[in-house]
Formats: sequence, structure tokens, C-alpha cells
Amino acid sequence: MVPLVYFQLLSAGLFAIGMYGVLARRSAVLIIMSIELMLNAVNINLIAASSHLEGVGRFAGFDGQIIAIFVITVAAAEVGLGLAIILRIYRNRGTVNVDEIHLMKW
Amino acid sequence: MSWFLFTILAVLTLGGGLGVVLTRNVVHAALLLLVSLMAVAGIYLILLAEFLALVQVLIYGGAIIIVLLFAIMLTRSDEYPRIGDNRQWPLAAVAALALLGVLSAAFWIRSPQDTQIQSPAFADLGNSLFTRWAIPFEVASLVLLVALIGAIIIAQSKGEER
Repeated sequence: MVPLVYFQLLSAGLFAIGMYGVLARRSAVLIIMSIELMLNAVNINLIAASSHLEGVGRFAGFDGQIIAIFVITVAAAEVGLGLAIILRIYRNRGTVNVDEIHLMKW
Repeated sequence: MSWFLFTILAVLTLGGGLGVVLTRNVVHAALLLLVSLMAVAGIYLILLAEFLALVQVLIYGGAIIIVLLFAIMLTRSDEYPRIGDNRQWPLAAVAALALLGVLSAAFWIRSPQDTQIQSPAFADLGNSLFTRWAIPFEVASLVLLVALIGAIIIAQSKGEER
């Protein structure tokens, strides 16, 4: 039986990798992929806590898994909307590199 | 046995994630993201969350990766086989490592010991989703509807091409 802390460490590692991707990548598509990694890290954490801590203290009813379902829903909406915006920017400006899209920078 | 599976899946998850943020080829990044997400589905199976594992394979493997690949194909540029990072990548690496250190320390210090893995029945999850979580569930469906309509309106090109 793997203790809870190793799942939490795995989730921390995946979140850090995703954050590096968001900060260091130039292509907007790759930034969205990195955001997916971060959301998955959060989901691992939620589900590990809900499976391990059911019935401990105030944890009841596997709420972590329900919240993970909502996180997945929001992730799907985010990908659809984000990629629509990226397609629009590509059509208007011919690039999806976030450091070349600086119309609102002053 | 469970340690063995956990080690393999953790290596696949973290390796796939590192591949996504380090590879120079965008299509490879999408495929490595698929590897990482399917390994996460395996992690859910170790945690006895079968429903979430199914949802993970269906939504991520079936829908999100396909949509991402479509976006890559539709925004094709000469750079894609060898895309670069921006100039602040050392700073980003420092920030990510610092976050990893803080999170790991927090998890390591205050982690509950001797807990057992328990699994909900499918019926209990469904009951909970439609009773205690009924209002968030309806809001989530509204969010999806608005996001999809918004995506269609943003992406359509009728009448305003330059």
C-alpha cells in the first residue's frame, strides 16, 4: 500500500513541471498543454486525498472525486475556448507565439 | 505490487510531463501529453477511483488531445518542428523548483499516516452528484454550454476577413 504522501509528492512534481511550461514556453498551444498538466496534478491530489482520507475528520462522501469531475469539466471548457481564441489570433496575426502578441502591452 | 505499479506510473507521468515542457517539436509534445495523462488514469486506478479513470481516458485521451492536435494542425507554422523557449526560462526553472520545494516540504511535514484506500460505489457517486452537488452540477453544464457557444462565435470567420 502506497502512503498518501507519495501521491502528494507526485502531484507537486507534476504541478511544478506544468508551471515551468507555462512560464517558459512561447507557443500558446504549448502553454495550454502545460495548464492541462497543472490541472491533472490538482486532480491527483484531490483524488488521493478523497480515497485515503474518507471518513477521517470532516472528509465524507468522496467529495474530492466529485470536485475532480468538475475540474475536468472546466478543463474541457477551457481547452475549447482557449483554442478558439488561438485560432482567431493565428488568423489575424499569423503567429501564436505569446511574446509576439503584445498589442495591449504599454 | 502496488509500489511497483505506482513507480512505473509515476515515472511515466513525470517523464511525459517533462517531455511536454522540454521537447522542441509541438506534435511530440501533444503525444507525450497523452502518455502523461494516460499514466495519470493508471494512478487513479491505484487509488481505486475507477469512474475517474474512465472519465480521464474518455475526456483527455478521446477529446482534449484530439482538439489540441487539430489546433496544432490549423495553426501550422515553420517554427513548429523546432520551437524555442522564451528568454526567461532560467527564471521559470528557478520558480518551478522553488514551488516544488515548498509544496514537497508542506506535504512531507504534515502528512497523515496509516490511512487506508477506500473506494466509492458508482451509485453513491451518482447519488452525491445529483443531490448534494446538484446546483454545482447544473452550473457546470451551463459553463460548458456558454464555453462552447463562445468558442463557435470566436472561431467563426464570416464577413470580417481582412
